[in-house]
Amino acid sequence: MLQLRNIHKTFNPNSVNEKHALQGLNLHLNAGDFATVIGGNGAGKSTMLNAISGVWPIDEGQILIDGADVTKLPEFKRATYLGRVFQDPMLGTATNMEIQENLALALRRGKKRTLRWGITHQERSQYRELLKTLDLGLEDRLTSKVGLLSGGQRQALTLLMATLTKPKLLLLDEHTAALDPKTAAKVLELSDRIIAENNLTALMVTHNMRDAITHGNRLIMLKDGQIILDIAGEEKKNLTVENLLAKFAVAAGEELANDRMLLS
Amino acid sequence: MLNIILGAISLGLLWAIMTMGVYITYRLLDIADLSVEGTLVTGAAVGAVWITGGGNPWVGTFMALLAGLVCGLVTGLLHTKLKIPALLSGILTMIALYSVNLRIMGKANITLLQAETVFTPLEKLPFMQNLAAQGIITKNVAILLCGLLVVIIVSAFLYWFFGTEIGSAIRATGNNQQMVRAQGVNTDTMILLGLMLSNGLVAMSGALIAQNQSYSDVQMGTGAIVIGLASVIIGEVLFGTKSFKRTLISLSLGAITYRIIIALVLKAGMNANDLKLFTAITVAICLALPQFKSYWQTLKKSLQGGGGNAPTA
Repeated sequence: MLQLRNIHKTFNPNSVNEKHALQGLNLHLNAGDFATVIGGNGAGKSTMLNAISGVWPIDEGQILIDGADVTKLPEFKRATYLGRVFQDPMLGTATNMEIQENLALALRRGKKRTLRWGITHQERSQYRELLKTLDLGLEDRLTSKVGLLSGGQRQALTLLMATLTKPKLLLLDEHTAALDPKTAAKVLELSDRIIAENNLTALMVTHNMRDAITHGNRLIMLKDGQIILDIAGEEKKNLTVENLLAKFAVAAGEELANDRMLLS
Repeated sequence: MLNIILGAISLGLLWAIMTMGVYITYRLLDIADLSVEGTLVTGAAVGAVWITGGGNPWVGTFMALLAGLVCGLVTGLLHTKLKIPALLSGILTMIALYSVNLRIMGKANITLLQAETVFTPLEKLPFMQNLAAQGIITKNVAILLCGLLVVIIVSAFLYWFFGTEIGSAIRATGNNQQMVRAQGVNTDTMILLGLMLSNGLVAMSGALIAQNQSYSDVQMGTGAIVIGLASVIIGEVLFGTKSFKRTLISLSLGAITYRIIIALVLKAGMNANDLKLFTAITVAICLALPQFKSYWQTLKKSLQGGGGNAPTA
């Protein structure tokens, strides 16, 4: 479903701030794969997701989604294939617009926007049903401005928006990192359910090792812009924090030094 | 006095169209677009040249609208394709238009005193003679009717347009470009469309204002953006923004209120040369209102706190 071939990206080339963020990254995701992505600060986790989304062009390599070469496509065209949820709850929604207007924008992802009315009557009842499944009481607040919602409610809404039109690939970029633990757990559970129900292919970046181990069917670890660990199947199921750390030490040739990952 | 108020209302209606244009960029796109200072004159110039050339004044007004669309396109391309900051793009277009406007008119101003304007036929309506007999300036009534008609048409169009799929995408672009791109919308195109529509309306307003004052002048755009902002803010504060429909009405009422305020302070004896200073101060106060409110609340709290502690001290 997703193929990354030898991706290179350097930020601020030829300056003191030069950073070779992706160094020949290769990844192949099968349809239905739900891979969690971990790695230290600056390992290239978010950079990888941004490369896939087309936030900026990559320097070298090739990106294929469901067989289509999207390497040269601008961000808004790749959106046809992608559902995205960001770390910052402010980024996924238009705050001055109503909940239903946000959903209506998302429903038209990948379709041509015309001069037809922005929301139809049938959509509204569809949205009400979908919001009911979130169990956050949003189904009665279709016309509320999104700016009035809490961070957790916004992430749940963004998740719904990202999957309203079934994406080829769902990209979750530390989408629970800005939430309190209880809300984070709820949003994660919701992500699990939506991915399973729609049989989605997904990449979820997290800084929480336990979450990375308990969710998904694959675990990918990044270091210095490359994948150093790719664990799937039975091995993934039986993974613990201890043996993941041990595997990291072997693969990287050093101890994992990232307080944020170890403490959470 | 009635004539002064009537004049202010009718002029306010013509400026209301400009106010809606400013609202599109300032509020919906979150861009302070200074090109309108030039576009207003471009509209006036195109309209005036068309009318003095013997053309139909309505067609001339429409031509002004088209010219405005082009001006907006220029600002938009500077901003989206050449990545020049929005404020600077607007300033560049504004300055460039000064020369362009002189080219269009061929001189610094054109008089429309003898010309047939969109208002002329209305002045000949039968009931106008009765009004004139009562001492009412019939030209103001004609402008009022005409302005009202155009404002209603433009408001209805904007209400429809910003409810459509494209219109919604433009509104969202002003909110959160990242999100809009993630939903598969080309934000550059949306910004272009918004700037074009905005400048189109401003130019149309310029053409109508020129017909109202019976001349087009290359200087008439100076300070237009501030007048537009003043009208937007006065409208929003006084008449509310509960829904889009309400906001559109508030914008027109804001423009009219601004004109009435100006008419009254002039009547009260203010020097007309001080008008722009007065407008700037008004806008600054309106923009600072939320800040004043929070200062006031802090002050109130500390005063109350101080009063409560005093006896124990």
